[in-house]
Amino acid sequence: MNDAAADMPAETQPPRRLRISVLRYNPAEPERAPRLQTYELEEADGMTLFIALNEIREIQDPSLQFDFVCRAGICGSCAMVINGRPGLACRTLTTQLPTKIALAPLPVFELIGDLSVNTGKWMRAMSERVETWVHAQETAQGADLDRAEARMEPEQAEAIYELDRCIECGCCVAACGTARMREDFVGAVAINKLARFRLDPRDLRDDGDFYELIGDDDGVFGCMTLLGCDDVCPKDLPLMTQLAYMRRKMAAAGWRGADGAAATPD
Amino acid sequence: MRIVHTDVLVIGGGLAGLRVGIAARRRGHEVTILSLVPPKRSHSAAAQGGMQASLANVIQGHGDNEDVHFGDTVRGSDWGADQDVVRMFTHTAPKAVRELAAWGVPWSRVRRGDREAVINGEHVTLTERDEAHGLIAQRNFGGTKKWRTCYVSDGTGHAMLYAVSDQVIASRIPVHERTEALSLIHDGGRCHGAIARDLITGELVAYVAKATVVASGGAGRLYRVTTNAVINEGIGHAIALETGVAALGNMEAVQFHPTGIFPAGILVTEGCRGDGGLLRDGDGHRFMPDYEPEKKELASRDVVSRRMEEHILAGKGARSRFGEHLWLDITLLGQHHIEHNLREVKEICQYFLGIDPVKDWIPVRPAQHYSMGGIRTWPSGESRSLSGLFAAGEAACWDLHGFNRLGGNSVAETVVAGMIVGESVADYCDRHELDVSTGLVRDFWQREQARLRQLIDGGGSEDAQALKLRMQAIMTEKVGIFRDAAPLAAAVEELQGLIRRSRNIGLRSSAPGANPELVVAYRVQRMLKLAQCVAYGALMRTESRGAHFRADYPRRDDAQWLKRTLASWRNDDDTLPTLSYEDLDVLRMELPPGWRGYGARNQIEHPDTAVRQRQVDALRAACGEGGRAALQDALLPFRQQLPPRYRGPNERIDEPLP
Repeated sequence: MNDAAADMPAETQPPRRLRISVLRYNPAEPERAPRLQTYELEEADGMTLFIALNEIREIQDPSLQFDFVCRAGICGSCAMVINGRPGLACRTLTTQLPTKIALAPLPVFELIGDLSVNTGKWMRAMSERVETWVHAQETAQGADLDRAEARMEPEQAEAIYELDRCIECGCCVAACGTARMREDFVGAVAINKLARFRLDPRDLRDDGDFYELIGDDDGVFGCMTLLGCDDVCPKDLPLMTQLAYMRRKMAAAGWRGADGAAATPD
Repeated sequence: MRIVHTDVLVIGGGLAGLRVGIAARRRGHEVTILSLVPPKRSHSAAAQGGMQASLANVIQGHGDNEDVHFGDTVRGSDWGADQDVVRMFTHTAPKAVRELAAWGVPWSRVRRGDREAVINGEHVTLTERDEAHGLIAQRNFGGTKKWRTCYVSDGTGHAMLYAVSDQVIASRIPVHERTEALSLIHDGGRCHGAIARDLITGELVAYVAKATVVASGGAGRLYRVTTNAVINEGIGHAIALETGVAALGNMEAVQFHPTGIFPAGILVTEGCRGDGGLLRDGDGHRFMPDYEPEKKELASRDVVSRRMEEHILAGKGARSRFGEHLWLDITLLGQHHIEHNLREVKEICQYFLGIDPVKDWIPVRPAQHYSMGGIRTWPSGESRSLSGLFAAGEAACWDLHGFNRLGGNSVAETVVAGMIVGESVADYCDRHELDVSTGLVRDFWQREQARLRQLIDGGGSEDAQALKLRMQAIMTEKVGIFRDAAPLAAAVEELQGLIRRSRNIGLRSSAPGANPELVVAYRVQRMLKLAQCVAYGALMRTESRGAHFRADYPRRDDAQWLKRTLASWRNDDDTLPTLSYEDLDVLRMELPPGWRGYGARNQIEHPDTAVRQRQVDALRAACGEGGRAALQDALLPFRQQLPPRYRGPNERIDEPLP
């Protein structure tokens, strides 16, 4: 029962030599062209890309830029392209990779330098655009905080949390064919968020309101159903289901005339 | 020199800072928030298990209220907390949880009827009341008499942070992401904003404000083994310290969490034990009942961590190639529970350890987790020595936690402090105008510019990273869970040397832009001062209280040490903080010092304790059974210190409002 990873027998193999190639470019030094730089280091027990990159920066190259915050797979800071696939570097164990490891910054997002990209700026703009907050009845003082909270079915709370687990890491956007072609595409992250607020009884918006936000080719109808987003989501969010569901609902809203063409009385 | 003007400058984009910003914005003030990272990546997101608020919805929380929460928190603090603040906090916490519910946090809810649970290693059936159905659920946490911890599976901090951050966006509050405050602008009496560095371009910008709020979180990275995120380096604490005017309180009060996964130190929530998980030793034996027969695994964190280390020292640890550790066993909770209520724990185990906690035990060992100390403030959140400077959350010491914080009280504190301090910040801005000369702003800007230039091309020879690693090793080895005069003195002396050497740091690289090496260099200069406040405060405090345990002074000494340590850094050339002490007033305490109900029972009494206890007993007798509110008001009137909007009573199933 208790023979966990930490109790594995002493190593008999010599440690592997890792060759980590990083796509490097610092926009503050435009005269230096983007280039691949390869670092070699010895693999250690339990080594993650977080540990490896920090070791490289501490010992070999203090100028290397990358982002980590929680180093526990929950904050979404460290998404990068790892051997061709977007993922969270902090929870990627080097043992799961071949000795040759290629790292590149996430595409789509503004490059800050080397492996660091500005997902924060992109996500804030996305949030402002599709209004990722509960639109409740406005009162001068907000809710009456002395009173007991409004009730919610346990299953409903759990269903909302299921979609609320998004960490805005940007992997779904980086893996999205539409986002690569269409600069203003909202991405699976936004569509999942609206699916989350649509489920939430506290949000008073209806499908007509959501249609206004994502009922076009830069929204849910731009999706080509390549579903790279669903493949790479580190939180295993049900993005494929949510995209299909929201597209159906938005199509119905458009059909009903949410775009103002043929408004129905309800 | 670029200057940004704002009414309120908030340094820190975690839950506390964001909630302060919302409060001030709603009162009509212009708010600018600086954050090292996009706010949704703040360390608040890492709070897993939940937030304490006495809603008393679940059957195991029946009978809970502010009074019980108050008592648990004061006992948890080992009587180091400010009881006025604990009262303000426990009163406001239910309102905070309900506000978050209105903002969309998908709190886990009560389902009526029977359900299976694990209590003290036994499977039991709990029956939830019909009238509780659909209300916010609570789980058990350490050091509490009732189940009080409201939760969203084990992603509570994440859900809270996203809801509050989205409210900030809805309120159109600008967040200057990837911006780091490097010094506070002040004239010796009042704070006027901060000099901050853009972590993308490297530009230094002056932010001028009527009120400045430090809400920058903890300082776990002073230690080598910590659950904290890599951004929790205490720079907010340090820039307050560097004013020479603002003081830090109780920096020696550092919490070690019992269940950091071994060896990485990543947190697995206290909810694992709250939900029925057990600690086992190298022989598979459940050892906590041997030490703590009453609370067992659910004594307060300081006690459990100490017992674990004691057990390892007794040779009972499990051995691995990384060293010794113990086991956290949640297998008895079953697959369904783990996959619904402990899913982050499951993910962490899977990715970092390659194990499945449904079947396997989790290797754990205590790791640095929380700084109870921080920027010393009044209950309003304002610094007691520098007007216009406020602090909230982990960076503050208004003093909710004393010498040990209860699990679930920190993420609750972030939002509660945000609500309360946010109102006092708004009050301050109502009463004060900007009153600063551009000359003063320029002086501070130039001073920071010169400090950076010195690092970049001052020809220094010291390696910042090496200094940092040494500091972290000293703190973990000599200023950890068990403390003693000789190692502490050695730590202080060595840190003095490191502080001197940090004045001669040189860089190897000179890349334009953010320059990560430069960031390490200017941070380590500040972190060393902060580390010294911890080490020196620990050396001077010759007693054991809460998380501060001195092997050479194992008793809590209320007679000598019922006081707060205040540290200030008077001169840049100093290598030690200047310490002074602030007495706690036993005669004002609602709950006079006593035994905590767990841990050692050997305190040295304060002379006022017996006097106050007689007064309290007399008031209780006079009040009889009726009216806990009236009794409470007689014992410790606190309501007038709360913003008027938060003074109302809290509704519960058994305490309905008219």
